[in-house]
Amino acid sequence: MTSVDFSIVLPEFLLAVYALAALLFAVYTGKDKTAGLISWLTAAVFVVLAILIGSRSTGAQSAFNGMFVDDAFARFAKVGILLAGAAVLAMSQDYLKKHDMLKFELPIIVALSTIGMMVMVSAGDLMALYMGLELMSLALYVLASFRRDSTRSSEAGLKYFVLGSLSSGLLLYGASLTYGFAGTTNFAGILSVVKDGAPLGVLFGLVFMITGMAFKVSAVPFHMWTPDVYEGAPTPVTAFFATAPKLAAMALFARVLHDAFGGISSDWSQVVALIAVASMFLGAIAGIGQKDIKRLMAYSSISHMGFALIGVASGTVGGVQAALIYMAIYIVMNIGTFAFIMTMERDGQPVTEIKALNSYWKVSPTKSLAVLFLMFSMAGVPPMVGFFGKLAVLQAAVEANMTWLATAGVVASVIGAFYYLRVVYYMFFGSDVEPLDDTKGGVANIAVLVVGLIMLVGIINLFGVDTLALTAAEALVR
Amino acid sequence: MEKIILFAPLLGALIGGFGWRIIGEKNAQYLTTGLLMLAAFLSWIVFLTFDGTTQHIELFRWIESGELSTSWGIRLDRLTAIMFIVINTVSALVHLYSFGYMAHDENFSDDEPYRARFFAYLSFFTFSMLMLVTSDNLVQMFFGWEGVGVASYLLIGFYFKKPSAGAASMKAFIVNRVGDFGFALGIFGLFYLTGSIDMDVVFAKAPELANTQLHFLWTDWNAANLLAFLLFVGAMGKSAQLFLHTWLPDAMEGPTPVSALIHAATMVTAGVFLVARMSPLFEYAPQAQTFIVYIGASTAFFAATVGLVQNDIKRVIAYSTCSQLGYMFVAVGVGAYGPAMFHLLTHAFFKAMLFLGAGSVIHAMHHEQDMRNYGGLRKKIPATYWAMMIGTLAITGVGIPFTHFGFAGFFSKDAIIESAYASGISYAFWMLVVAALFTSFYSWRLIFLTFYGKPRGDKHTHDHAHESPKVMLIPLGVLAFGAVFAGMIWYGSFFGDHNKHNEFFGIPTHHAEADGAHGDDHSGDAADDHGVDTHASEEVTAEDHGVDLVVGEAPQGAIYIAADNTILDDAHHVPAWVILSPFIAMVLGFITAWVFYIKKPDLPRKLSEDQQPLYQFLLNKWYFDELYTAIFVKPSLALGRFLWQRGDVKTIDGAINGLALGIVPFFTRLAGRLQSGFIFTYAFAMVLGIVVLITWMSIGGGAH
Repeated sequence: MTSVDFSIVLPEFLLAVYALAALLFAVYTGKDKTAGLISWLTAAVFVVLAILIGSRSTGAQSAFNGMFVDDAFARFAKVGILLAGAAVLAMSQDYLKKHDMLKFELPIIVALSTIGMMVMVSAGDLMALYMGLELMSLALYVLASFRRDSTRSSEAGLKYFVLGSLSSGLLLYGASLTYGFAGTTNFAGILSVVKDGAPLGVLFGLVFMITGMAFKVSAVPFHMWTPDVYEGAPTPVTAFFATAPKLAAMALFARVLHDAFGGISSDWSQVVALIAVASMFLGAIAGIGQKDIKRLMAYSSISHMGFALIGVASGTVGGVQAALIYMAIYIVMNIGTFAFIMTMERDGQPVTEIKALNSYWKVSPTKSLAVLFLMFSMAGVPPMVGFFGKLAVLQAAVEANMTWLATAGVVASVIGAFYYLRVVYYMFFGSDVEPLDDTKGGVANIAVLVVGLIMLVGIINLFGVDTLALTAAEALVR
Repeated sequence: MEKIILFAPLLGALIGGFGWRIIGEKNAQYLTTGLLMLAAFLSWIVFLTFDGTTQHIELFRWIESGELSTSWGIRLDRLTAIMFIVINTVSALVHLYSFGYMAHDENFSDDEPYRARFFAYLSFFTFSMLMLVTSDNLVQMFFGWEGVGVASYLLIGFYFKKPSAGAASMKAFIVNRVGDFGFALGIFGLFYLTGSIDMDVVFAKAPELANTQLHFLWTDWNAANLLAFLLFVGAMGKSAQLFLHTWLPDAMEGPTPVSALIHAATMVTAGVFLVARMSPLFEYAPQAQTFIVYIGASTAFFAATVGLVQNDIKRVIAYSTCSQLGYMFVAVGVGAYGPAMFHLLTHAFFKAMLFLGAGSVIHAMHHEQDMRNYGGLRKKIPATYWAMMIGTLAITGVGIPFTHFGFAGFFSKDAIIESAYASGISYAFWMLVVAALFTSFYSWRLIFLTFYGKPRGDKHTHDHAHESPKVMLIPLGVLAFGAVFAGMIWYGSFFGDHNKHNEFFGIPTHHAEADGAHGDDHSGDAADDHGVDTHASEEVTAEDHGVDLVVGEAPQGAIYIAADNTILDDAHHVPAWVILSPFIAMVLGFITAWVFYIKKPDLPRKLSEDQQPLYQFLLNKWYFDELYTAIFVKPSLALGRFLWQRGDVKTIDGAINGLALGIVPFFTRLAGRLQSGFIFTYAFAMVLGIVVLITWMSIGGGAH
């Protein structure tokens, strides 16, 4: 390990040191009494690291003999992951405190899984890929069952763990196939092997690896865990699941496909396209039947992942850029929506039924309006930001001569619009039921309003995300 | 100053329309009226001080799109100046009049505010109309054109609780669509051929257009004729000419001040204005001009015949308006733009007055509009009676032939009839003379039925008939002044004197052979740099009546009269019997009316019973509405119903509903069932997924 290598992995290293130090500190001092402090501290560390990584402007560098890559693409994903994690931690505080879940392990596990994600998106080798993936996943399994006294939370964790193990096995199997036929685990090495037509074994290996990654982004048909886990896990954990790991997994998806298999994009693009179409439609159709807003969000995220995968399936710079833009917008929308879900309560108890939102505008007109913006944005109604995300991926598909894919995307988004609009309908026109509490103050409430506003003001220039995404995509697709 | 004239009504409309809740309904009325008064005052200053030179005032750049580049500007020339005084004067007076007329309205309950809305609409209309007449390019004109259409729609349907008013407003709007379609096509065609929508560019290329062929509807047409024709179709709609006239009588559903302002004095004359404005094009489109003459003459005759038998006081005046517009179109059709504008001006005065007078009568009679229920009102409402009398004297054209002494209509109408004779189209001449006879008859019939004889109808209403308040009588007085003197004052400028006419409209003189005395007449081009060139070239080519313009330059002046257009001079040299003919027609009409309604009041009934088919034919307005209903309305409704029921409800809605209510929920339930909650199901799905993906990859060309 040379000092150059070390300076490249410095952010990951710092985060790991912080996580261990925080763990020791909490264990030997006030334990759960320090939970609030550590949460805020972790969020702060995330933000600082995000700034640190974002301010790096060196070109592509690799460490540990190409195992670890630091380029614009990785930095884009890392900044997104860190900020999403920080936002989720910040807005969860009140909820955790209120419902007696404020344990000091939670921010630390989040930090550990974040390290895994950062390694994932920087992976330049199948080994690094698996290491990052497992670090993230193991942390997430724990998080899913974080509420040990709740059967549903435990069930969610267990399901996630078992299925996650299966998918890891599939991924590993694919990795071994690839290694066996390509003779290397290094992405650059694999790329040079498959340059002149890939052996069948590599292709099979690729499909198995796609399977493993599709599981992480919860794409159909590897999505089955998502609704159950989203519903069972505590809401802050669900919020985390829906944001940072999704971005990391999607970035990894693009990383593997382009860095290791960039030469045979015609081979994998249709597989990814199939997954994308299936995800969009299943997310849209199955979401209609949902009564629980967290389950609804699970199907919503399945559908959204389908859209992002359209960008990946295009196999072009524009496609990767579109996928990154889509993911960035998706994360912001989800932060807003989950912040809102955390504020949903009746008589102090959390409520996740969609019907409970009936006539919510009477309780809080401003928040209702913000959620209206959010839902319109999710549905892709212009002029909300979400529309531009969809527009970007559809454009990428059309430019890559995959018009059928874009058409399917439009149809799916129309079907999916139904459940978003139904939420709006309930809030503004629904019959009177026992109203929800009018919660005020706290980070979550502010987050709802801020994100709702972003949905509208963001359309001015998307806060420059599109140019950053372009730089990142150009770094990846060569 | 022009900007103030233009934007004062807009300001009034905006503040009055949107801000009346803040400033109060009464203040909104005062504000809009005050601003209009200001605009009218300034208009007169502009009109009287205007020197005949065309001015272009750019307000801002408007469109930059490819080849299309244009500014929003004011084109100030004599036509604009004339329209300024017509629009703003009548509008200001109508605003004032409406204080009284709209003070109470049975169509609205006491707590419903409607006055500010009415005044805002009026002001908005005025702004749109000003926009139309000041425009320096065709699209801006179209903007104003549609603006007045909207205002007209809003005002006809002002009593929106009455189904008939709603239907009338829709009818007006839809019939105008037909005309506007032609107008729009004309603009497109001009842009297509000249690459510009600016008036000056289009005018400069008019000679070229006359030599261009344009392929349209499977046939080659002369471009100038075709485009002029299309523009005229727009004019036909707006000015209620034959075939597109059906909306105007129905438009009387609007409040009477609206009828006076929009459907008599201003908007309906927009078509005449359009042709006069586009005179450089029309002068090169002889066939289109002939078409205009025939349509105008036919309209004048047709509307006059229908006017003979109408019983609703407003409808009589409406058909009268339609008929008078026909006169104006005959004038522009034969190339006598001056007389056309002259008649437009005088007509605005006396027709607005007749309408406002009718409004005063209706006001007095508690919204009774059937003349058969009037009678003997002369003593009850003397001021109104005298106003209507002056209006009738003016419209029937009372004056002393061969002198310059008479009411306004005498000069302008006779000028048109003389021009029609001079044009050599005897159809037009005779139609107009007969129409003059009918005009005289129905106008006097209106007077006799309303003010003479015994009171008929509801006795209670007659007992309570009362003179209108001052705010309604003052406008009548001002307009009466115009109706009496406008003809005498401007006769020379619009028609009588060749030099004055050219100076008035800023036209460089070019008829060397027509009048040798005006070789030194440079007034039109004195202020213009390139006017001299134009002038010089005109004089050179005047002898052979060739193209008399330097190609690429717009003609000078507000209207353009081609070298071979000598209509005005010819009209001055018509035989004496021609000059006398409208007078005779007028007298005959008066005598007949007197016999019918004063001497032997039972004669009309007998006549109508003897001539039942003819009477019914006229009473039903030549069955135009029935015809249109059968030809256009019914099939359209049938088609619409078919597309709606079969196409939309059954096919599209059916498919969407089937999809949304049948197929999607099926899959939703299916997906719900698959989500069993058991891990082995999930794992099985994943394994299945891998199988599918590998197969897909294998057959999809991945495995070579």
